[in-house]
Amino acid sequence: MILLDRVSKIYNRKSTAIERINLHIEPKEFVIVVGQSGAGKTTLLRLLTREEKPTSGKIIVGGIDYDKLKDRDVPLLRRKIGVVFQDFKLLPNRTVFENVAFALEIVGTSTKEINNTVPKVLDIVNLNGKENNMPDELSGGERQRVAIARAIVRQPKILIADEPTGNLDPKYAWDVIKVLEKINRFGTTVLLTTHNQDIVNKLRRRVIVIEGGKIVSDKNNASYRL
Amino acid sequence: MKKFSISFYRVLKSGGINFLRNLSLALPAIAVMAVTLFISLFLFIANTTLNNTINQISNKINVSIYLSDNITPKQLSNFENKLRQLSNVKSVQYVSKDEALAIYKAENSNNQSLLTAIDETNNPLPASLAVAPVDINKIQDIKNFINQKEFVKLQDSQLGTSYSGDRKQAIDRIAVATKVLREAGLVGIGIFAFVSALIIFNTLRMAIMNRKDEITIMRLLGARTWFIRGPFIVESVIYGIISALISVVGIKLIFVISANSLQASSLGLLDIGYSSSYFNNHFWVLLCLQLLLGILLGSIFAYIATRRFLKLKTSK
Repeated sequence: MILLDRVSKIYNRKSTAIERINLHIEPKEFVIVVGQSGAGKTTLLRLLTREEKPTSGKIIVGGIDYDKLKDRDVPLLRRKIGVVFQDFKLLPNRTVFENVAFALEIVGTSTKEINNTVPKVLDIVNLNGKENNMPDELSGGERQRVAIARAIVRQPKILIADEPTGNLDPKYAWDVIKVLEKINRFGTTVLLTTHNQDIVNKLRRRVIVIEGGKIVSDKNNASYRL
Repeated sequence: MKKFSISFYRVLKSGGINFLRNLSLALPAIAVMAVTLFISLFLFIANTTLNNTINQISNKINVSIYLSDNITPKQLSNFENKLRQLSNVKSVQYVSKDEALAIYKAENSNNQSLLTAIDETNNPLPASLAVAPVDINKIQDIKNFINQKEFVKLQDSQLGTSYSGDRKQAIDRIAVATKVLREAGLVGIGIFAFVSALIIFNTLRMAIMNRKDEITIMRLLGARTWFIRGPFIVESVIYGIISALISVVGIKLIFVISANSLQASSLGLLDIGYSSSYFNNHFWVLLCLQLLLGILLGSIFAYIATRRFLKLKTSK
C-alpha cells in the first residue's frame, strides 16, 4: 500500500530531514510512527501527501508512482488519501456538516448522496446533533473528530494522522484513537504519528521509531519509551 | 458534464455564502471599490461635460476673410468653392456688405452718434466670408491657403484679410487651452485609474490573504485550483456589483441634491445642467458600464490575488 525506497529529503547541507528511509506498509495495517520533535515524522507524512518532493528515492502510494505524478494531478492523489492534522485544519466559516461535505463536493458527488453519506460518517465519529455547529463552537476533541470524519468520508484506502491527539486532553485523545481503530477495522490502512507514550503502549501495534531522519526500530506489537 | 455543472453551481453557491459569512472583510473592500467607481464615474461625466464646453467654444470660432469691394460674383463663388474643398473647413458663410452693416448697427444700437456717423458714409464695411474650421488647432492650413497670391488680391487690403490682430491671439489661446484641458483630463484619469486599480487590488488581496489558510486546507483536501479560486472570484464579483450600484446611486443623489440646493447651473467650465442631463439620458448605459467595470475589476483582481496562495509547494 505504501512503499518508500531509499527516500531522502535534504533541505540544505546542514539540515537533512530524512535519510535513506526504506519502508513498506501492507494494506489494512495500523502503523504508529514515533520519534522526538524534529526527528522527521512530519516530513515523512508531507512526502506522502506530496506537500514535499523527496530529494532522492522512490515513493509509491496506492499504486501511484510519485516520480510519474504531474503537479496538476496532485489533487487526484490527495483525494485518495485521508489526512488528519494536529491543528485540525477545519474550514472556519463552514458548519460541521459543510466541512465534511466539502471533501465530497470536491469530487463532484451529488447533493443527494452527500445528504445521505455525511450523517452516517458523523455517526461513526459520534458527532450526531452537531451538524450545524461552527468549528469554534466545538471542543478540541470534537473538532478533531470532524477532521477525521472529513478524512474518511471519501472512504480512502489510506488514512494519515499527523499527531491527531497532540492538542487534546487525554480523555478526548482516546476518543480520537478509538475512532481510528474503528476505521482500521473497516479496512483502511492507518498511519499515525504520535508523541503519546501511553497510546502507543496500549495499542500494541506495529511501531516505527525515527531518530535523526532514520528508522532506528520497526517492530510489531511494540511498546515505546521516550 | 453533469459533474461539472454540479461543481459550477457549488462554486457560485459557496461564493454567495462566503460573502454573507465574511461581511466584516467584505465591507472595507466594497467601500474602497465604491469610492473608486464613484470617482471614476464622476471624472468621466466631468470630462464629457468639459469636452462639451470646449466644443461649444470651438464652434463659435471662425475665421473672417474680409473681401475687396471689387470682387466679382464669379471670383467669389470660385473662392468659396475652393475653401469648401479644404479638409479642415466645416462651413463657409458669405456675409454681404449690407448684412455686415446691419450686424454692426445692431451691435452698436446704443451708440447713436456712431450710428449717425456711419449713415453719413457710403457703407465702409467690407463683405466677408466666415469660415468655420473643423479643428481649431489646424487653422494654419486655412491661413496658408488664403495667403496664396491669387486669393490675396480678392481680399480687403486695409483689413489685412483673414484673421488677424486680437482675434488671432484669441483663437490661438482658445486652441491651446482646449488642447491642454483635454490632455490634462486624459492624463488625470489615467493616473487615477492606475492608482485606484492598485488600491482595489491590494484591498482584495488583503481580504483573500486573511483566508489563505482556507486555501491551503482546500488544496490539502485535493480540490482543483478552479474549485478553490471560483468562490473567491464570485465573492469579488459581488463586491464589484454592489460597489457599481452604490457609485451610480451616489452620482444620482449628487445631481438631485445639487438641482435642489445649488442655484448655480455651472461651476467654472463644468456645466452642471449638461452633466445632469447627460447622466439621466445615458443612465442605463452608464449603469451597465459601471457594473461591467466592477465585475471585471473584481474577477481579474481576485484571480491574480489568489494565484500566489494556490501555488503547489512541492520543491525538491
